[in-house]
Amino acid sequence: MIGGQRRFTPLQRLLHWLMAACIVAMLFIGVGMVSTVLPKYLTLVAIHKPLGIAILALALIRLVVRLRYGAPPLPADLPEPMKLAAVASHYALYALMIAMPLLGWGMLSAAAYPVVLFSGWHLPAVLRQSDSLHTLLWAAHFYLAFAFFALILLHVAAALFHALVRRDGEAMASVAIHDEVEPAKQGRHAI
Amino acid sequence: MTAPHQSPAFGSLALIALVIAAGAAAFAYTAGWFSPQRLTPGKLVAAFAPPTGAALGHRRNHAKGICFTGVFEANGAGSELSRAAVFARGQYPVLGRFNLGTADPNAADATVRVRGLGLRITTPDGQEWRSATINAPVFPVSTPQTFYELLHASGSKDPKAIAAFAAAHPEFAPFGDWSKNGPWTGSYAEERFNSLNSFVFIAGSGAEHVVRWSLLPAAQPVAVSTDELAKRGPNVLEQDIAQRVAGAPQRWTMVVTVANAGDPTADPTKPWPADRRAVEVGTLAAQQVQAEPDGPCRDINFDPAVLPSGMRTSDDPFPAARSAAYAKSYDLRTAEAKDYPRTTTGATP
Repeated sequence: MIGGQRRFTPLQRLLHWLMAACIVAMLFIGVGMVSTVLPKYLTLVAIHKPLGIAILALALIRLVVRLRYGAPPLPADLPEPMKLAAVASHYALYALMIAMPLLGWGMLSAAAYPVVLFSGWHLPAVLRQSDSLHTLLWAAHFYLAFAFFALILLHVAAALFHALVRRDGEAMASVAIHDEVEPAKQGRHAI
Repeated sequence: MTAPHQSPAFGSLALIALVIAAGAAAFAYTAGWFSPQRLTPGKLVAAFAPPTGAALGHRRNHAKGICFTGVFEANGAGSELSRAAVFARGQYPVLGRFNLGTADPNAADATVRVRGLGLRITTPDGQEWRSATINAPVFPVSTPQTFYELLHASGSKDPKAIAAFAAAHPEFAPFGDWSKNGPWTGSYAEERFNSLNSFVFIAGSGAEHVVRWSLLPAAQPVAVSTDELAKRGPNVLEQDIAQRVAGAPQRWTMVVTVANAGDPTADPTKPWPADRRAVEVGTLAAQQVQAEPDGPCRDINFDPAVLPSGMRTSDDPFPAARSAAYAKSYDLRTAEAKDYPRTTTGATP
């Protein structure tokens, strides 16, 4: 990580908010589509697959950018358990951003479904057909989706805690879109 | 340095709790947790199960079946209606499944009225056309919600439940009539299989046609009584098709029927007038039959919404509901694979 910076780079902030919108939409689409038999089921599934691959691509770009540009340091006076929670939750968020699309892709492959992104455009199967693999990947994709959403809620709660309770200016400022926002004295990133 | 440690304001914490609770509630609402009346794929699939419970490891409906492989020989005529590669003149590999519309994989053949055909046709570009058609000339009900009610009436202990359902749903009458009075045959090879649902075919020019299709048997249908069929044995249909295909490929002609403007495209209980344009687009040939436990169709979901470029779903609400329910059935049965052993020695007739 590059020390001394107070905020994420503009590219990182853009990726943060773009992916936040994509991932929240993705989780709502996912949980909604598996609960309905109405025609919107097909519409939601048709969005879910290409959006998932888009999130995978963005997450990989974001990982590279993060490794290149690093992140602002956590507030020095943050208690150790909170620091640990912050670091661990961010590792988990990155892991889920990358793992969830791969699990979905693998799950469809193991079920021998064509992974259609757009009409006439499909991805190759990444796994051979297997009922046991399908079951395992399906369960992982399903339960981790709820874990992902819970983690996002925790992330939002932590950001609000920094902004409203600790008032250390860190969470919001570090990923604020507008440059005119007063730079935080310290910061780290959100999602 | 500002002082970051102001004492936590109650109002701030309450606001955070509110935001998180609202997020969680919106998610739960989307998941249907506050909507017990919502027809979910799980409820639809569960409604097929007999009182003794679903047959684990098997499809939740059309549970009894046999696999086959073969080819679809396109004659090129379908290209006028759809730019799908499957209609370009040529031969394309087919994986299929003959099946019975029952939740019981051990049902006697003479006890099941509805017979089905699942197909997966693959083209060299890797695209797939999956479909599942049945021998009924019309579907029993107009909407997935009504279908769910029909399943409950069928599963009811009240012997008058079906009559009451039919009285409340006049659209059921044509299916009911076919079910009661339509002829039975002694072979999958003699059945006509119908898509019933409508789909949209998109031509190379961009022109769209709402269509239904059927597979017309080359074999001459011979009517048999259910008594006669019962005498031939509980698995006569699988024995018959295996025997016929071993002798020679069994064929069906695929005919695509094009709706006129104003035809009831959203309601599979309503046939279209007989004079509608019908295009013969090719021939299905079943060339080899495989028992299901180890067969290639076993773990394939014949999801009617898996369509190649050049086709899409129409305003018919069933393909979406079927797609959602088939996926649920697939998820359940593949997780129960141990209950349906792959290599059987007579355990699964």
